[in-house]
Amino acid sequence: MTRRLGPALYAVPGIAFLAVFFLYPVLRLLALSLQAEGTGEFTLGHYQHALGTEVYLRVLGITFTIAAETTLGALLLGYPLAHWLARLPEARRGWLVMLVMIPFWTSYLVKTFAWMITLDQNGVMNRMLLATGAVDTPLEVLHGRIGVMIGMVHAMLPLAVLTMLPVMVAVDRQLPRAAGTLGAPPGQVFWRVQFHLSLPGLAAAGLLVFITSLGFFITPALLGGPRDTMLAQLVISQVQEMMNWGLAGALAVMMLAAALVTCWVYDRLFGLSTVSGQASAKPRRGQAALRTAGLSILSAVAAAHVALGSAMARLVGRRVLGWLLPAYAALVLLFLGAPTLVVVPMGFTDSSFLGFPPPGYSLRWFEVYFGSPLWLGATLRSFIVAFGTACLATLLGGLAALALARSQSRWQGAIFALFLAPMIVPRIVVALALFYLFAQLGLVATEAGLVLGHAVLALPFTFVTMAAVLKGYDWRLDQAAATLGATRFRILTQVTVPLLKGGLVAAFLFAFITSFDDLTVALFVSGGVTTTLPKQMWDDMILQLNPTLAAVSVVVFVLVTALLVTAERLRKPKG
Amino acid sequence: MERQPRRRGRTLQRLGAPLSSGAGVKLRIDGIAKRYGPVVALEPLSLEVRSGELLTILGPSGSGKTTLLQVICGLVEPDAGRLFIDGHDRTVMPVHQREIGLVFQNYALFPHLTVAENVGFPLKMRGRPAGEIRDRVATALTMVQLGHLGGRFPRELSGGQQQRVALARCFVYQPAIILMDEPLGALDRQLREHMQIEIKRLHRETGATIIYVTHDQEEALALSDRICLMNHARIEQVGTPQEIYEHPRTAFTAGFIGTSTLLRGQVEGDALATPHGRFALPPGSTATGAAALVIRPEHLRLGPGPNAIRGVVAETVYAGAETRLLFDLADGTGAALRLPTGTTPPEIGTEVEAHWTTETAVLVPL
Repeated sequence: MTRRLGPALYAVPGIAFLAVFFLYPVLRLLALSLQAEGTGEFTLGHYQHALGTEVYLRVLGITFTIAAETTLGALLLGYPLAHWLARLPEARRGWLVMLVMIPFWTSYLVKTFAWMITLDQNGVMNRMLLATGAVDTPLEVLHGRIGVMIGMVHAMLPLAVLTMLPVMVAVDRQLPRAAGTLGAPPGQVFWRVQFHLSLPGLAAAGLLVFITSLGFFITPALLGGPRDTMLAQLVISQVQEMMNWGLAGALAVMMLAAALVTCWVYDRLFGLSTVSGQASAKPRRGQAALRTAGLSILSAVAAAHVALGSAMARLVGRRVLGWLLPAYAALVLLFLGAPTLVVVPMGFTDSSFLGFPPPGYSLRWFEVYFGSPLWLGATLRSFIVAFGTACLATLLGGLAALALARSQSRWQGAIFALFLAPMIVPRIVVALALFYLFAQLGLVATEAGLVLGHAVLALPFTFVTMAAVLKGYDWRLDQAAATLGATRFRILTQVTVPLLKGGLVAAFLFAFITSFDDLTVALFVSGGVTTTLPKQMWDDMILQLNPTLAAVSVVVFVLVTALLVTAERLRKPKG
Repeated sequence: MERQPRRRGRTLQRLGAPLSSGAGVKLRIDGIAKRYGPVVALEPLSLEVRSGELLTILGPSGSGKTTLLQVICGLVEPDAGRLFIDGHDRTVMPVHQREIGLVFQNYALFPHLTVAENVGFPLKMRGRPAGEIRDRVATALTMVQLGHLGGRFPRELSGGQQQRVALARCFVYQPAIILMDEPLGALDRQLREHMQIEIKRLHRETGATIIYVTHDQEEALALSDRICLMNHARIEQVGTPQEIYEHPRTAFTAGFIGTSTLLRGQVEGDALATPHGRFALPPGSTATGAAALVIRPEHLRLGPGPNAIRGVVAETVYAGAETRLLFDLADGTGAALRLPTGTTPPEIGTEVEAHWTTETAVLVPL
């Protein structure tokens, strides 16, 4: 009995942790939304209020519109880039993928700050447009829907690309060749083979982008106007300004429900395992009609593509057509990287204003940053919290991954879903739920509270990283060591851990970055003097943009990039 | 590598019946060469494949056989030379217009399409009407005995069944030439032998021209009308399995196909001087200078004779129908002979003498 359960027991600490700090608070929030203020009686009043008030309904509509448009934009920009990356030789792909990884892990605050100074009336974009004579008067993109869309698509694009890429890479490279020998011209090969096989990845990317967008508040708050208010902003103001927990809970639950419904639809169509990067080409049975319809749409698109392709080839030549995809991919990469390129010189400006290009260069704003007890305190706190989070999340996630790799329990699917759940539930919901719990436990405005909250957010990342590493681990090496006379302890310390070291460090660093970048949980849980770096940046950005923010952004960007490059290097097996 | 008319006649005779358009040339490769940077993948080489024949390209890994195959189907562009199919220059034609079928090493079945859709794919690409596609797919699947599995997905089939689907997908659109790249490599021995018979049957029934790449000499001997043996990016010898086995033209051919005893020495007049003695040259030998006598194990008999070698028994291998006797000559050269069943083999370590008749040996240059 124990022998059979043995490995599965490793998952217990993680499950217990998630039960207390994730499942329970979220369910509590759900209950809260169904209870009358004060009396605690069951009521649907909060939902009636939320759905009966015109303002709330409009925000709900805006939220879904922005999320859907962001998803569309991220997929349209991201798919060709991912397709191009997937077909590159592995060595070249590696460092180009880093150009997507870096913006992925770059703090949303830094990215949004970059767009604020780029899209400003006197920002880089308008200066360039005016200089080239493309426009006569500066465009007002900031504080409008276009600004929000640019910022959101830019923020979500790396997530979309990194979700699609593994599915595309997993497609057997022989298949397009086989299609070619069977008489399929390139257009047919793409739609009928490559595109069709990448559909699970495309859908997974759409799912993750949509869900993440639903709970977003940083970009719309800073780049949008009052007409671009999203649900998460409403939730925050309900709690922070009105202390209306019932209504905030109802709004959060509606957001959660939308996310779960999206997941459910996705699971019906493709199976959730794709989200974790495991390609599954297995079409489900009983969807014959849907499949036939899909196939005929694909064949029509393919035929149109081939016709258009041959017409274009006659017009501009095959050589030019061949450059279309790389050029598009390069433009998308530029769009991803450009904002950060703008921030860096801004950090070194000698002016008190954020004009571009800076009139002169100095270290003045770095001196302000390093001379400010407030900034340094926040930075130090972020480091401590991130370190604690990384330790906790790596331990819990690593053990759970070990349990999953070593046991054949029929609970595997459930464990897998549970550990990925914090990624699917919108962050704002988690943050809100934790705030309520921590308020009762007296953990608000403590480092411990931040560590616990961030560990919930970081667990999916450490779990997936460790699961991937353990999947590739050859357990016969342990058996070999045992037959060669090693004790259990020595096997662990001299064989298993050294071989898994790369993955462990990578998981640790991913958790570290997750915590170091988090604003959502910090917004609620850190209070008063215990501010974290992102929280301090947020407060400054809401109040007034200043060059210190640029200097801080440079520090954060450099730090996170260094951590990320290290993590990526360690994650890849040597040789 | 032009073949003499005499041999051509013999091949067809051996096949029993002339296939399709008689002995017409289906594929002509003329001076095709390819290099990847400093690595020569193919020395300039020429080869003709006749209509309806099954030609095997045989060679060790790295001998250039896969490159040659890729050049033929258009996946790789050659640096020099021309390629003709049915007399038309096809050197630069894109892969999807070439009308060449390729059976991949790992089958390359589309995982998102059913078996029937996989087989129907090439017909769809050619814009055939739906009714015709249905009929031809059904015929092709029946031909490979999978008529009942059209609705399954590839992953629901066994390795052997997947291989059959790959074959059906190739035969269904009757390409001018069918290329097979080690198609049986992933199957176990028994299934492999079964599929060899299957491929021979399909070849006979369809009259298709097949170029079959393999590194397995037994498979090549069993399947081929002719074998094209490759080594170091060049063609070593082209001929029927019998010619290649019985009349190897180089020491490499002799060593790669079957086992044989190789006695190295110098041609001196009408004899070969070796460390093991002077032996008469077989009639028709042309080699001069450094050369070697190739003696197949079935031609080597225990006991003294005019051409005899002595050695110490190193190993006896019982193989059912025969027992193989391996013995080492004085300088370490390995020799092998075949004992009929029922003979008690000599003990390991005892000294033996073996002889052959002059005509059964072959002289190859070194």
